[in-house]
Amino acid sequence: MQISQIFRSSIGKKLLLAITGLSWAGFAVGHFIGNTTLLLKDPTPFNKYAHFLSGLGGALILVELILAASLLVHLFFAIKVTLENRKARPVKYAVSKSAGRESKKGFATSTMIYTGILLIIFLVLHITHFKFGAVYMTTVDGNQIRDLYKTVYEFYADPINTAYYVIMMILLGTHLSHGVWSAFQSLGLNGNRFTPFIYKVGFLVAVIVSVGFIAIPIYIHFTGGAV
Amino acid sequence: MEKLINLTLKIWRQKNAKSSGKMVEYHVKDVSTEMSFLEMLDVLNEDLSLKGDDPVEFDSDCREGICGTCGVVINGIAHGEQKATTVCQLHMRHFKDGETITIEPWRARAFPVIKDLVVDRKAFDRIMASGGYISIKTGSAAEANSILIPKEDSDLAMDMAACIGCGACVASCPNASASLFVGAKISQLSLLPQGKIEAKQRAENMVAQMDAEMFGACTNIQECEAVCPKEISISGIARMRREYFKAAVK
Ligand code: HEM
Ligand code: FES
Repeated sequence: MQISQIFRSSIGKKLLLAITGLSWAGFAVGHFIGNTTLLLKDPTPFNKYAHFLSGLGGALILVELILAASLLVHLFFAIKVTLENRKARPVKYAVSKSAGRESKKGFATSTMIYTGILLIIFLVLHITHFKFGAVYMTTVDGNQIRDLYKTVYEFYADPINTAYYVIMMILLGTHLSHGVWSAFQSLGLNGNRFTPFIYKVGFLVAVIVSVGFIAIPIYIHFTGGAV
Repeated sequence: MEKLINLTLKIWRQKNAKSSGKMVEYHVKDVSTEMSFLEMLDVLNEDLSLKGDDPVEFDSDCREGICGTCGVVINGIAHGEQKATTVCQLHMRHFKDGETITIEPWRARAFPVIKDLVVDRKAFDRIMASGGYISIKTGSAAEANSILIPKEDSDLAMDMAACIGCGACVASCPNASASLFVGAKISQLSLLPQGKIEAKQRAENMVAQMDAEMFGACTNIQECEAVCPKEISISGIARMRREYFKAAVK
């Protein structure tokens, strides 16, 4: 088989969606764990963590490039697969329901493309809000480093910013609630014990990441917004 | 207990493949709850014929749930609400007096409507012709223990072989994907020693044909499994993917 044939096939396209989607889901989990330091009253651990990451230099840029490329591939094939799937049913049903039972037809499965597109817009804004946001400096252990903690606290003092993040994180949770287990199924990983397990894990990851990412801005907004 | 019920039917009527169709409303009276859904349509058609109208065209053959010829979407669900049931085995006792029932054909670009509720499912035949067989000579029935097959594998192959090719998976899939059908066919053969010999070529060709027929890509919604009259599991879709990946890296 030609390599290009694989990625033109329905199965190959979903393989790429799965790999890129899972890498982003993995990133989201890691990102959340790192950000829990924002819940501390002391800005130093978070600032040190951010400083450590930016100090990685080439390695950080490599990871960023991989994530950016992943996202573009994900976006491209998500749009392509969605459009092709719509074309596969040119005449819609007058009435369409779910039989229930094993079916996962519902809000999350039918809005993947919309939650996804809203997420990529969010990601661009998110980077401008913080990575390229207001720069303050602070002194830690005698070194001048960026006070990203202050940037974050200042940002979430605004209720509109907070509300926007809360809504976007609900959408992230929705996307992942179907995305994570679906990715494993797209990779061909299915089993009597594995599939119910990974479905629960995927759902749990979605809930933890979205509830966690919602808790941080809300906590900051109501406790430290005036910093 | 037999009861007689009256129903309002909204049925997709379409003269031929080229014309555009529309939903038409009919009233049927004194339908016995012991009838099957198709017998109810037979009664409607007798009425229509007597009035000089064109009867509603629909497919059926065995009427015992084993051949895969019948199939319509009833109130938005392929083969109707009953679990593990083809429309020929669906009985009118599941409907209420005075109910309105919407009846539509399978909808997919790869399954064009020929007339009313009848669609052209030759796309499935072309997929089967592209690899859904074994081409080695198997001779006469071999001694049962000369090729050992794990019980789990033969059971699973049998589960997959239960597919009657009705197309409800395609009809119910929001993406009109044929993955459950193709997955079942690929799995049934790849699980058994006789089928393993041509497994890679088969996976490559059947998937290529499935895509060429313009079925959608599977996004793991599992509606197909929920409506499948033979309750075929989407584990068959995962197996198809594994077989395809094996073929891809050969
Ligand atoms: C660029 C914006 C995005 C778009 C347009 C998008 C859209 C989609 C679509 C249409 C699917 C296929 C749905 C399906 O097969 O069920 C999908 C799957 C997936 N997405 Fe996204 N998404 C985006 C961003 C993200 C992000 C940021 C993440 C992770 C944090 C993510 C994780 C996943 C996962 C894990 C899958 C499952 C892949 C599979 O089923 O094989 N996506 N996405
Ligand atoms: S007519 Fe044979 S399965 Fe329904």
